[in-house]
Amino acid sequence: MEIFNNHKRLFITFTVMFLILTLGVAIGPALNNQNNNEPLPNSKPLTKEETAGKLVYISNGCVGCHSQQVRNVEIDKVWGSRPGIAADYARIERTSFLQNTATLMGTERTGPDLTNIGQRQSSDAWHYLHLYNPRIVIPQSIMPRYKWLFEVKDYPEEGDIKVEVPDEYKDFPKNKVLVVTKDGMDLVAYLKSLKQVKLPDGTPDPIFLYKQKQIASNESSNGSTEAPSQTGPDGAQLYAANCQACHQSNGEGLKGAFPPLKGSKIVLDDNPEIMVGIIMKGYDAREEYGVMPAVGTNANLTAEQVAAIMNHEKSSWGNNARKVTADEVKKIMDSLK
Amino acid sequence: MKRYLNFLIFGFFLVLFPLIGFSQTDKPNSFFPNFNISTSDFILIIIFLLIFFLLLFSFGIYKKTAAYFRSRKNQDADKKLENFDLKELETLKKLKSKLNNPSNKIQILLLFLLLSPNLLLAQDEAATREGIFSEYGVIITIILILIPLILSIVYLIVRIRKSLKTYFNKSDQISAQELSTYIKDNIDTFKDEEIDVLKEALSFELPENSISGHLSPKDPHKLITNISTEHYLSFFARKRNPIKRPKIDPKLTSLIMWFLGSAIFWLLVGTTVGEYLGIKFVAPEIDNFSWLSFGRLRPVHTNLVFWAWASLGMLGLGYYVVPTVGNTSIASLKHGWYSLFFINLSHLLGTLSLMAGYNNGGGEYREYVWPIMIFFMIGLSISMVNYYNTIAMRKTKEIYISNWYISSALVFIVIIAVISYLPFWQDGIGETIIQGYYMHQAVGLWFMMFCLGLLYYFLPQQFNKPIYSYSLGILAFWTQILFYTLIGTHHFVFSALPWWLQTVAIVGSVGMLIPVTSGTINFLMTFKGDWTKVSNSYSLPFFLVGVIYYFTGSYQGTAEAFRSTNLIWHFSDFTIAHSHITMYGIISFILFAGIYAIVPRLTGNEPPQLTVGAHFWLALVGLQFYTIPLMIGGTLKGLSWAEGKPFIDSVVLMGPYWLWRAIGGSMMLLSHFFLGYNFYKMLAKKETIDVRERAFNILEKHLIALETEENSKNSVQ
Repeated sequence: MEIFNNHKRLFITFTVMFLILTLGVAIGPALNNQNNNEPLPNSKPLTKEETAGKLVYISNGCVGCHSQQVRNVEIDKVWGSRPGIAADYARIERTSFLQNTATLMGTERTGPDLTNIGQRQSSDAWHYLHLYNPRIVIPQSIMPRYKWLFEVKDYPEEGDIKVEVPDEYKDFPKNKVLVVTKDGMDLVAYLKSLKQVKLPDGTPDPIFLYKQKQIASNESSNGSTEAPSQTGPDGAQLYAANCQACHQSNGEGLKGAFPPLKGSKIVLDDNPEIMVGIIMKGYDAREEYGVMPAVGTNANLTAEQVAAIMNHEKSSWGNNARKVTADEVKKIMDSLK
Repeated sequence: MKRYLNFLIFGFFLVLFPLIGFSQTDKPNSFFPNFNISTSDFILIIIFLLIFFLLLFSFGIYKKTAAYFRSRKNQDADKKLENFDLKELETLKKLKSKLNNPSNKIQILLLFLLLSPNLLLAQDEAATREGIFSEYGVIITIILILIPLILSIVYLIVRIRKSLKTYFNKSDQISAQELSTYIKDNIDTFKDEEIDVLKEALSFELPENSISGHLSPKDPHKLITNISTEHYLSFFARKRNPIKRPKIDPKLTSLIMWFLGSAIFWLLVGTTVGEYLGIKFVAPEIDNFSWLSFGRLRPVHTNLVFWAWASLGMLGLGYYVVPTVGNTSIASLKHGWYSLFFINLSHLLGTLSLMAGYNNGGGEYREYVWPIMIFFMIGLSISMVNYYNTIAMRKTKEIYISNWYISSALVFIVIIAVISYLPFWQDGIGETIIQGYYMHQAVGLWFMMFCLGLLYYFLPQQFNKPIYSYSLGILAFWTQILFYTLIGTHHFVFSALPWWLQTVAIVGSVGMLIPVTSGTINFLMTFKGDWTKVSNSYSLPFFLVGVIYYFTGSYQGTAEAFRSTNLIWHFSDFTIAHSHITMYGIISFILFAGIYAIVPRLTGNEPPQLTVGAHFWLALVGLQFYTIPLMIGGTLKGLSWAEGKPFIDSVVLMGPYWLWRAIGGSMMLLSHFFLGYNFYKMLAKKETIDVRERAFNILEKHLIALETEENSKNSVQ
């Protein structure tokens, strides 16, 4: 055959073959998706600070451990209320003359997905503490510290944000204060901007595939009026997934940042109305503590799940209050809507 | 034999065929679409097959035993005098006069049983989620794990047969005892005259030297007298030295050495960084400097081991292989040096910029910004043109298959890099589509393609025989281009990328079984019949590991691409294990092998065999410690996510597996220091002086001086 002996023909053949395939699976689909996807009407472009924060995010290689994509499978439901679609990324364009577009979808989850972190965790104080030393808020975390986003000063100047570090984690002189640098503030601004945007009215959300049997069985037990028993959702697990990052596993919170649940009046209150309200709507009434996001709404918690969390909180760490039923919670949740 | 093999291959693909069809669907499927066969049935079938083979085996044993007992009944022939040989006759005579008792030794039988029950247990543990075993990826992985188990059962059967043989021998001894007693008891039936006649007839012999004579042999070519022998104790297996080849241009040698030397330098830097990253998983607060933080060092590690170590190593070996298989010299040495310079420059700048926090964005392996990447591309393009010109000036008519693979790999990587750095199609999700294309094409059409080209040269060269099948190599070449180009998007299954594109990628991943299977068959059949050479060589074991991982690693890649397996393994540490199996087990092992295959030929110095052995075993065992815990941990992590447990649980769960990974990584790193030492030993000039060689060098100089003197005298006259 000619091709065995003619290098020109061989080179042209494999180059053309490769280019045609490339056109079909890379350039073509890329151009098609680039041109046929508009940003969602509800989405907003990043502000100046948020854009600067995204650069900090890129520069420190956060994408190595944190993905920013909610796949259309049930497993990913914890990371967002709906699966990600191409339009979610349509606003992202080339970062700068030197740097390429950064959708930051990522390929690994050594840490949690951050698509919706702005909704899940809207407290500045939490983010600053977590960036300064992740083990202050999550003892088991293996995330690196980002000390270079902070500065130790004799006293805070005007415009400085002071970070209250618990004494046992203070690795600077106790008479000095820890303040956030511009980079740190920008990064947190960017993280808080990461929120899933609601699809325009009337457009149904794409569905999550691979529904799990476990969840189906939970739904089938909805009818029971009894207080959550062995068959209901695991309150301790839900607490760990949704509440523990701030209120801690011992329920004591963090001084100066997150209030304790242990011995809390609201938790021990026999009337569950306020507690359900806080879980579903968030809370920002006490100045000495950070803002609480609308955890329940963000995570799409069902009445059973909220009841399980509440009962876990009402019966742990020495708390001993009347347990609530899913029906009670459901009634309050309905009235909140 | 060959037809038989063809049938086997055909059957193999027939079995795999349903996979191609079903890879697009979500539900676990059966191999037999018309019957509803679940995994438990499948396992049951395997068990029935095993029982069938065991029955076959026991039947064979029964037949052998029966034959043995039949032969026992037929012992009368042993008792006739005519069948005795000379020695036996002598013994008989002596015995007749003396009558002594013979003594018997008792043999002790030892049975070594080799079994690995852990493998079986591991599967039981993983079965926490229902239905996980009915998914193709998982089944394929289990089969890959089962292969060594089944091999060990075969080994066990071989041992049992052997010990049965020993047992039969033992009973033969008993019958010998019986025969001797019979002879002793009936000694008078053998008559002396008869014995003597037989003895004389049998003991006829030519007188000594009646044919050869008494003169010492004439040995004009010193074939008998001049034998060199080595006298020292050998503590480990001696490997054969490579056959000396005609020397190649020392200038080319020096270029290749610089390529390989810088590759090994970057390997040491890159894997030290990798080891440090592995430690950070276990000890996250080991340092708090921004330049050494995890997010910045991770791309430094991947870029250095990918683009610096593997690329430079491949190009260095390519500068030897490309001209050699064309029976010519390299087109331009100068361009080779330019290429080396630009590639090294890009990695130096790239490493510094990444550590300083300046990178291109989120894309893996695309972290260098374009002003730095452009140096790398210039370096590759120079080598591409250089290789092309070398192939154009080849002295052979046909282009040897190695050069197909190597030159196409260079063309592809340049195209891939240009397309992936041009900004026109990279807004929004377009970036991710290009990213999938880029990261997988770089792996499959650059590293894998080039290394296959190297294999097609080195394996025949090491065995001194042609590759098993040239046509299989060509089939693999075109199918590799066809299928590999399609599969980039399988890194983004279930993401916002177009669903059809994901499906194409998954189908392409299954299609990859064709080039991988034909390549593996080709290489292993080249090994066949020459397995003894593997233990005699220090480069062939590396090649063997590379070929085996080529098979398992690539099949694992296909298994991972299915939607069902993506559910468990995607985003977990399983992917990290897979990338190390392929980039280290395949690419790096082939490069190690290539280095040990050609550097001693080029410099004339052998590496110390002990440290080559240390390099091999540390790298291989280290890789197991690295990958197996990560695969187990990655699966458990995925299952924990699937069960909806809090995310932090999966971090805590991975702790011990990350520790094992760090241990394996340390062994791999240590092995690279051995490689560095071996490379130094192969480069360093010989320190011991061969006295005789040196003396003759002096004499030769003297001779030349005399001759020139004579010549000048002549010219004067």
